[in-house]
Amino acid sequence: MLLEIKDLHAEIEGKEILRGINLSIGEGEVHAIMGPNGSGKSTLSAVLAGHKAYRVTSGEVWFKGQNLLEMAPEERSRAGLFLSFQYPIEIPGVSMVNFMRAAVNEHRKYKQLPALTAGEFLKLMREKKEIVQLDSNLTNRSVNEGFSGGEKKRNEIFQMAMLEPSLSILDETDSGLDIDALRIVSEGVNKLKRPDNSTIVITHYQRLLDYIVPDVVHVLYKGRIVRTAGRELVAELEEKGYDWIKQEVGE
Amino acid sequence: MKKTGQKKLLNDLSNSEYKYGFSTDVDTDIFPMGLDESVVRAISAKKHEPQWLLDFRLKAYHKWLTMEHPAWAHLQIPEIDFQKISYYAAPRKKQAGDGQQIDPELVDTFNKLGIPLEEQKRLSGMAVDAVMDSTSVKTTYKEELSKLGVIFCSIGEAVAEYPDLVQKYLGSVVSYADNFYAALNSAVFSDGSFVYIPKGVRCPMELSTYFRINAMGTGQFERTLIVADDDSYVSYLEGCTAPMRDENQLHAAIVEIVVLDRAEVKYSTVQNWYPGDKDGKGGIYNFVTKRALCQGESSKVFWTQVETGSAITWKYPGCVLKGDNSVGEFYSVAFTNNYQQADTGTKMIHLGKNTRSRIVSKGISAGKSQNAYRGLVKVGKNADGARNFSQCDSLLIGKSCGAHTFPVIDVQNPTAVLEHEASTSKINEDQLFYCNQRGISTEDAVGLIVGGFTKEVLNKLPMEFAVEAQKLLQISLEGSVG
Repeated sequence: MLLEIKDLHAEIEGKEILRGINLSIGEGEVHAIMGPNGSGKSTLSAVLAGHKAYRVTSGEVWFKGQNLLEMAPEERSRAGLFLSFQYPIEIPGVSMVNFMRAAVNEHRKYKQLPALTAGEFLKLMREKKEIVQLDSNLTNRSVNEGFSGGEKKRNEIFQMAMLEPSLSILDETDSGLDIDALRIVSEGVNKLKRPDNSTIVITHYQRLLDYIVPDVVHVLYKGRIVRTAGRELVAELEEKGYDWIKQEVGE
Repeated sequence: MKKTGQKKLLNDLSNSEYKYGFSTDVDTDIFPMGLDESVVRAISAKKHEPQWLLDFRLKAYHKWLTMEHPAWAHLQIPEIDFQKISYYAAPRKKQAGDGQQIDPELVDTFNKLGIPLEEQKRLSGMAVDAVMDSTSVKTTYKEELSKLGVIFCSIGEAVAEYPDLVQKYLGSVVSYADNFYAALNSAVFSDGSFVYIPKGVRCPMELSTYFRINAMGTGQFERTLIVADDDSYVSYLEGCTAPMRDENQLHAAIVEIVVLDRAEVKYSTVQNWYPGDKDGKGGIYNFVTKRALCQGESSKVFWTQVETGSAITWKYPGCVLKGDNSVGEFYSVAFTNNYQQADTGTKMIHLGKNTRSRIVSKGISAGKSQNAYRGLVKVGKNADGARNFSQCDSLLIGKSCGAHTFPVIDVQNPTAVLEHEASTSKINEDQLFYCNQRGISTEDAVGLIVGGFTKEVLNKLPMEFAVEAQKLLQISLEGSVG
């Protein structure tokens, strides 16, 4: 197993959001996590990435055999966990080039590889930019500063391409994307697919999953996974909405 | 997490160390504490000064007695007892003579600071004047420079050997009556550097003065005078450190720069006086007056300063743009942490026609510090076509610090064009988390952000100095994150 979550509980400011998550993801698998607003989807991705605002109250998370919850956020990243942010953060004054160079070299250090030279790094960047058709000028600008919504999301997938994670969590990557951008971003994700890396796609809607086809679909509701099925569940949810799930779990 | 994360970061920042805090045990010739006319006379006598200079000092001293301590800055300055300061301290020479023999302790001290005084261990192409407490210890590369007619020596030496030059320019840019601390300095200044670049000479190496406070209970009052004659060029660097002590020590310097026709002076400072500990105890009071007079036409001055030290900083390096088409530029990074206070900025006084000035100020505040930019752009009534561009940016780290901006604009000529831009930003937890998520530690993330923020200014420093400044900022930010 690449990722194993056992009975995970987490809270923010004393309010319990995750109430016993169990989830196993094997190598090469694509899992979709769907669910109504406020069900805990983004909290789950934040907790996995190690956001300090959330407190894990009980449960375990194992990533590549390591105890993920004991690792600092940057260590989780270096070990191969990537989060594509729903709202990518702007960092004025820090160019994308410097930012990515620092990140890539940290990852290489972790793998005991020498830092890339400036030439090697720029070459790598050129290659990876093509995957999401990222405008060349964007990498000379400050991190996400003045990027449009679509550019920010492409930039996330570009960073994913640069860092080659084992597990990518795409947190509502489709929000704020028009249909063309959605296609480019999804195709980018698909191009990065390898037999040994896995993806968690968090979304409300079917449309992203038309492009990034999941192997397994989970429905998250009130902090628990209430249903797990194959990709056919996506169509069912799209048709019936989430109300029937709510009824099924007895609300 | 907002709270704990922020707190941890602040803690880490506050715990960074000052690496120059040692003191040297040298035999020091030191005056008893206190200031009156006899002390002024004694300093002058000690230095075997001519009558005109003693008169200058006495005039300044009597002016000072009538002046009030400045209270207009955004600073909380504890009352300073000027009778509890010693106004002269000098490492005693072990061997009299031509200054060739320096006390090995002193050589050691400067080596520890990374300033080799032996010329064979040369800093690549940099001549150094090392000043400890009140006196110049050694100036390197003098002979090589003198072949070009460049004078680079201590001001005491210049008074003895080039009295006409000193008399002509001393006090011509900063009058002894300019302000409280300028008057005090003019009365009791001890040593400092003197630079003269003759007509048409491009000084082939960076000239550098390194100031070091060592003795306890003393003030440092150095004075720097730079004269760039027609069509000449010089790049001058200044660095400073002091031991860590619980008491506050006063540093009140004057720097005067005279720039004649088409000459160009680049003046760079990395100020790293001891800032006090993390509870705000000790540290240097840095009250200095620095000014350049672009007297000649098409003359140019570039100020670059990186301020990381001192408990209190009060300084406004400025340019008087008197010559037509003269240019003044000011680039500044001021970093404050813990309980440091800084009120710093620049004055650009446009008097000549088509004079241009540019101000780029970057203030970074962390801990419980207060950081203020204070600027004056003044355009006189004859300054047709004057132009100014000002940019003041502040970066806040944490919640308990403050950034303030006080730009003053005074325009008396309708053809002047002025632009002013300002911004305030904050390093927030989300930015740090975003960096963390990409594999970058919090400490490196802060470094990246501060580096990006200060890039424009650091790029203006000469290469070696830029590296030093970057290291210094890193040390100031250093913590034990992760």
